[in-house]
Amino acid sequence: MSEENEVITGIEVPIFLKYNFTAGASPTRFLARVKEGVLTGQRCPKCKQVYVPPRGACAGCGVPTEEEVELADKGTVQSFTIVSIPIPGNPIEPPFVVANLVPDGANISFIHLMSECDNADVHIGQRVQAVWKPEEEWDYAMDNIKYFKPIDEPDVPIEKIGKLPVTGLEG
Amino acid sequence: MKEIAIVGYQQSDCVSDAGALNEVELIIPVLGRIFEQVGITNAQDVDFVCSGSCDYLQGAAFAFVLGVDALGAVPPIKESHVEMDAAWALYESILKIRMGHADSALIYGFGKSSPGELPIVLSQQLDPYYLAPQWVDTISLAAMQARMMLDQGLITERDMAEVVARSRRNAINNPHAQLKGDVTADDILAEETYLSPLRRSDCCPVSDGASAVVICTVEKAKAWGKPYAVISGIDHIIESHNPGMRDLTDSVSTRKAAANAGMGDGKVDVAELYAPFSHQELILSRALGLSEDTTINPSGGVLAGNLMMASGLSRIGEVFNRIVAGDAERGVAHTTSGPCLQHNLVAVLDKGEVA
Repeated sequence: MSEENEVITGIEVPIFLKYNFTAGASPTRFLARVKEGVLTGQRCPKCKQVYVPPRGACAGCGVPTEEEVELADKGTVQSFTIVSIPIPGNPIEPPFVVANLVPDGANISFIHLMSECDNADVHIGQRVQAVWKPEEEWDYAMDNIKYFKPIDEPDVPIEKIGKLPVTGLEG
Repeated sequence: MKEIAIVGYQQSDCVSDAGALNEVELIIPVLGRIFEQVGITNAQDVDFVCSGSCDYLQGAAFAFVLGVDALGAVPPIKESHVEMDAAWALYESILKIRMGHADSALIYGFGKSSPGELPIVLSQQLDPYYLAPQWVDTISLAAMQARMMLDQGLITERDMAEVVARSRRNAINNPHAQLKGDVTADDILAEETYLSPLRRSDCCPVSDGASAVVICTVEKAKAWGKPYAVISGIDHIIESHNPGMRDLTDSVSTRKAAANAGMGDGKVDVAELYAPFSHQELILSRALGLSEDTTINPSGGVLAGNLMMASGLSRIGEVFNRIVAGDAERGVAHTTSGPCLQHNLVAVLDKGEVA
């Protein structure tokens, strides 16, 4: 190669592929209920764990999860982090709290935001409840829930996190 | 060297659109059936699991990771994946067993091609500098290959139509086939051309679905007390990614892989060939030197239904089915990947001892 040749370090090759993506039969049922303002999970017929959001199978047992159960919009903080740096593409201004939350009646946590709280006070075992968008804005989306806020209920002991009935700690 | 047996094979129906089903929902019924066939509970009862899939097909990143939800992977299992047809997952599993790291393995492949435009999606497997940016689709490449065959007088359009008609008729007996029927070569020739010289019927359909195979050492197969077929040889060879550097009217890699797999050591009663286009079946049967003594694609082959990333594994499974049914003593399964038969795998299966 002659030394006058410019070294090519990259070429632009845009790719556009169009897909008619589907969420899956189980996620579809979940999203349809979220649009109605209800969280649902699916119970494994073998180990009885309730998954949320459900994907159609118990990842532990490898069997289909067909029994659908309604969950509370109250839950417990299983873990959390305080995000102090801006995330590209995320409109939320740091610092903000991202938490692993287990809704009452489920055994598996999902991730959502926490707000209306002092970040320094957020802790594992804390009780929270969903703050929903106005009903007319509900869609097939988890951001029908704006965030979870702390509620005035006693903390859940570590060993009971993820094991509460749909009626909560008292139930 | 440890002899390796196939003890189970299951496939879903080939459907043109699996609707809302996600990867787990596609896989789980097939796995349920193969666990029952082999007499095991879940993936905990085998030593190794390997899958084949390609996220480009459905446009979902890391879909294969979510597929693991179908296995029962608690406590954790030994698991691997190939971004290829699951026939190559079977190849990896054979290596695992031969190295003494496992005595049994579950292999599954799944593909949901309906969400995208498959021939266009597959253009992205081409060389990224010169070919992929031109969006050369798989059907156009195959059409050019067929044109070369026809112009050189190696095949006629009637030869191609005969391949399609036999596939449609054989598929009548395949409950999972998507395209089947009592059609003749004349019926096919009466169709208009689609991408010249190919007619639509010369091209495999786009299908959604999954398949699974369980393999193990022959000792284990005997312990399980299941009918089995022995994988007596397997090899795979890949050709240049530049179609211009290959003789597209031949499949040198298939011929070499078959020789390495020991195909010539005995007669071949049955052959399942992964030919997504009718003329490619003619290339393959010639490269393998198959005679009229060999039944070709009794399942209908992939012209009757093409589960991307699973159809290759299914070819092996279909030969297994013929052998355990007593229809054949020895068979050859072929799998392909890439445009115009670029990469080819050949497995030779023999009848196991009667239990």
